[in-house]
Amino acid sequence: MRGFEKVHDACGLFGVIDRSGSRFDSDMVVTAMKNMKVRGNGLGGGFAAYGIYPDFKDYYALHVMLETPEVRKDVESFLEKNFDVVNAEEIPTNSEANVFRPPVFWRYFVMPKNDEGDDYVVSKVMEINTKIDGAYVISSGKNMGVFKGVGFPEDIAEFFLLHEYRGYMWIGHSRFPTNTPGWWGGAHPFNILDWSVVHNGEISSYGTNKRYLEMRGYFCTLLTDTEVMAYAVDLLMRKQGLPIEIVAKILAPPMWDQIGRMDEKSKKIYTALRITYAPLLINGPWTIIVARHGEMFGITDRIRLRPITSGEKGDLFFVSSEEAAIRAVCGELDRVYTPMGGEPVVGRLYKFEKAERRSQRGEVFA
Amino acid sequence: MKFLLKKEEMFSFMLPEFLVERRGDRCIKCRVCERQCGFGVHSYDEMSNTMRADEMKCVGCQRCAVMCPTKALIIRPHPSDYRPNANWTREKIQDLKKQAESGGVILTGSGCDKPYRIYWDHIVLNAAQVTNPAIDPLREPMELRTFLGRKHDKLEFSFDGGEVELVTELYPNVQIETPILFSAMSYGAISYNAFKSLAMAASEYGTLFNTGEGGLPKELRKFGKNAVVQCASGRFGVDPEYFNVAAIVEIKIGQGAKPGIGGHLPGEKVTKPISETRMIPEGTDALSPAPQHDIYSIEDLSTLIYALKEATNYEKPVSVKIATVHNVAAIASGIARAGADIIAIDGIRGGTGAAPKIIRDNVGIPIELAIASVDERLRREGIRNKVSLIAAGGFRNSADIVKAIALGADAVYIGTPALIAMGCTLCQKCHTGICNWGICTQDPQLSKRLNPEIASKRLVNLLKAWSNEIKEMLGAMGINAIESLRGNREMLRGVGLQEWELEVLGIKGAGE
Ligand code: SF4
Ligand code: SF4
Repeated sequence: MRGFEKVHDACGLFGVIDRSGSRFDSDMVVTAMKNMKVRGNGLGGGFAAYGIYPDFKDYYALHVMLETPEVRKDVESFLEKNFDVVNAEEIPTNSEANVFRPPVFWRYFVMPKNDEGDDYVVSKVMEINTKIDGAYVISSGKNMGVFKGVGFPEDIAEFFLLHEYRGYMWIGHSRFPTNTPGWWGGAHPFNILDWSVVHNGEISSYGTNKRYLEMRGYFCTLLTDTEVMAYAVDLLMRKQGLPIEIVAKILAPPMWDQIGRMDEKSKKIYTALRITYAPLLINGPWTIIVARHGEMFGITDRIRLRPITSGEKGDLFFVSSEEAAIRAVCGELDRVYTPMGGEPVVGRLYKFEKAERRSQRGEVFA
Repeated sequence: MKFLLKKEEMFSFMLPEFLVERRGDRCIKCRVCERQCGFGVHSYDEMSNTMRADEMKCVGCQRCAVMCPTKALIIRPHPSDYRPNANWTREKIQDLKKQAESGGVILTGSGCDKPYRIYWDHIVLNAAQVTNPAIDPLREPMELRTFLGRKHDKLEFSFDGGEVELVTELYPNVQIETPILFSAMSYGAISYNAFKSLAMAASEYGTLFNTGEGGLPKELRKFGKNAVVQCASGRFGVDPEYFNVAAIVEIKIGQGAKPGIGGHLPGEKVTKPISETRMIPEGTDALSPAPQHDIYSIEDLSTLIYALKEATNYEKPVSVKIATVHNVAAIASGIARAGADIIAIDGIRGGTGAAPKIIRDNVGIPIELAIASVDERLRREGIRNKVSLIAAGGFRNSADIVKAIALGADAVYIGTPALIAMGCTLCQKCHTGICNWGICTQDPQLSKRLNPEIASKRLVNLLKAWSNEIKEMLGAMGINAIESLRGNREMLRGVGLQEWELEVLGIKGAGE
């Protein structure tokens, strides 16, 4: 295995959540992305929206990209075999939109046969992505979906008729790849189950991270290092149940010098994390926004080589590559905060802020 | 010099290996060369007031050339040669003649010097440009700290009332400040002073030295926390304290220079202090059996691994060192499953104090390919983090080490480079017990030439220089912690390699 070609890029990121859970349209996220036009070059844009399929909220919503119409047969027979498909439809698009060679998108609301759960869905998604040529599952969560492609974000939004959806949380991405794969699957966000990741940067530890994740059953097929982020987060948060505050210290751990100055208890924990999760240290310049139902967080690399800022206004919580983009959609802010390298900024639904989640953040990670 | 031979004596047909040239205009007849050469090449003829040289004995160690106060000496490969023949090289003809005269197995020291492809020289490194800023190690932290030992798949925490507690108990891990350790070189094979220099340097720099299979003298046990102590087939110098003072216990199965062959310390080298450390009678040959006679299978190995863990109260990682042979990947996987915490693999270019030349030069595979295939195999089986992988045999500079780590090693053992730092010139005469540099000898006159204070300083300088260079290379790649290089084959590209070689190394060709 000599590995895939990796795509290099730099990007603009934005995320917004209404912490009360009210749903709203795509206006803010699209405006914010437009404001950061210089951060993209029209070769990739995309969105993830949460809370958009209340009618099918108990079913996995598979957004499937089909490079040729013929491959749909294979996808559907695979799905029929492994899932109960309750609804299947082509994702409505606007053929007038200014986008580059759009493929066809279908969405399927499915339930695994025999009460299988998340791991089963992940493995079937991997199977489609690696085994069915020309078909890619671009999102697979419940009550959420990813819309992405080759074009500026506002054009992608127009293509997918995004203004017709309403969600309580949106994230957006504008991309500036240094080469031109012109491949829709390579746009952000990356998603697995209800986890979505948008990423700005280039991971210099890519090879290390990728090979570790392969050992854990994640195969990077989408030709970009952002995938590594998505899988790392899935492994640590979903499979191993670690809270964001700890995951942040795995992806962007403090320097040994800093650890050396900590009290004994913290020293022990941070050392254990670095020893155990060394292959998941994400090195190089990066900022990510990770979203899943109920919460999203932004974090930048340990020496803060890429920008990130957060803002709050009432129930709204924003995180973005630039403060200007936040101000463009919400001029008056209650609070603006720029985190340190490796320090996560978190926006959660109020109902999620309750006891159990708060207890997962100890003083060590405060 | 003898000109007349008795009937049964044979006249030697050998050519000298080195030419000893003495520039008469410089030589002041101080006789320094005579005193420096343990092989007895130089002599002074009072009658004619001239310095003479018996070239047949010269091994080209360059001691005399370095020490000559007037730099009057030039020692170089002897120009006299046979008719050029691509098949029958000078070395082949000479070796054959030597055997016709002696009837013996040819012994040698150091590592294989044959021109098998050196993959390091066909691999180039990456650097950050534009999309990824390079990091300046002179201005920003650059971390080489490495942990050797088994790692968990995941950590468990408890979160009680806002208090985070680590529930998982880590396996024993040993912290080193640079991913460079000193290879196994036993007291016996090398001099006391050389051995002590390695121990001092490891302790000063925060890394490890390896006792080899010759035990650890009582008064050096204070260096135990920087020691990897070996348990080899001869069990020399093994006692409970030996294991318990150490950082790591290593079971030696094989050595890159002589896979399948045990150690051999000739009786002449078994002096009183060595006999005490090894716990064998003075003057007897210390012969380690080729196999460990309690290990005829992987289950037996597992038994010994756990016996050593018991003996050390499960507080120390246990390493298993093997030579890289054809199916090294499968063997390594077995070792990981047998319970080892560290696997050390030693490539065909690994050094030795004494080995049959025919074995040294023909058995084993290059370490580059072995690292790649072992790492890949362990990953495919999902057990890579159950062991640390230490590579040995064939590192010549810090770039080789960076490439080894990017291929998948956690750290490297360096033997030959450490010897060269102390003065070795690779004359390959370690097995003779005469080492003009005081390294590979038990002759008190010779070994006192090596001052541990100075030699350890040279070793520390080497570690420092290479570590700094590694930091430079990491920074150039936009990486600030060594763990982000480990197994990061994206950082490597092959030049001038065939498809199968790229495949085994798991790297792309340059330009790909
Ligand atoms: S050491 Fe140099 S100067 Fe002294 S006797 Fe030997 S060759 Fe002559
Ligand atoms: S063996 Fe070494 S010291 Fe002796 S003559 Fe040759 S080079 Fe000089």
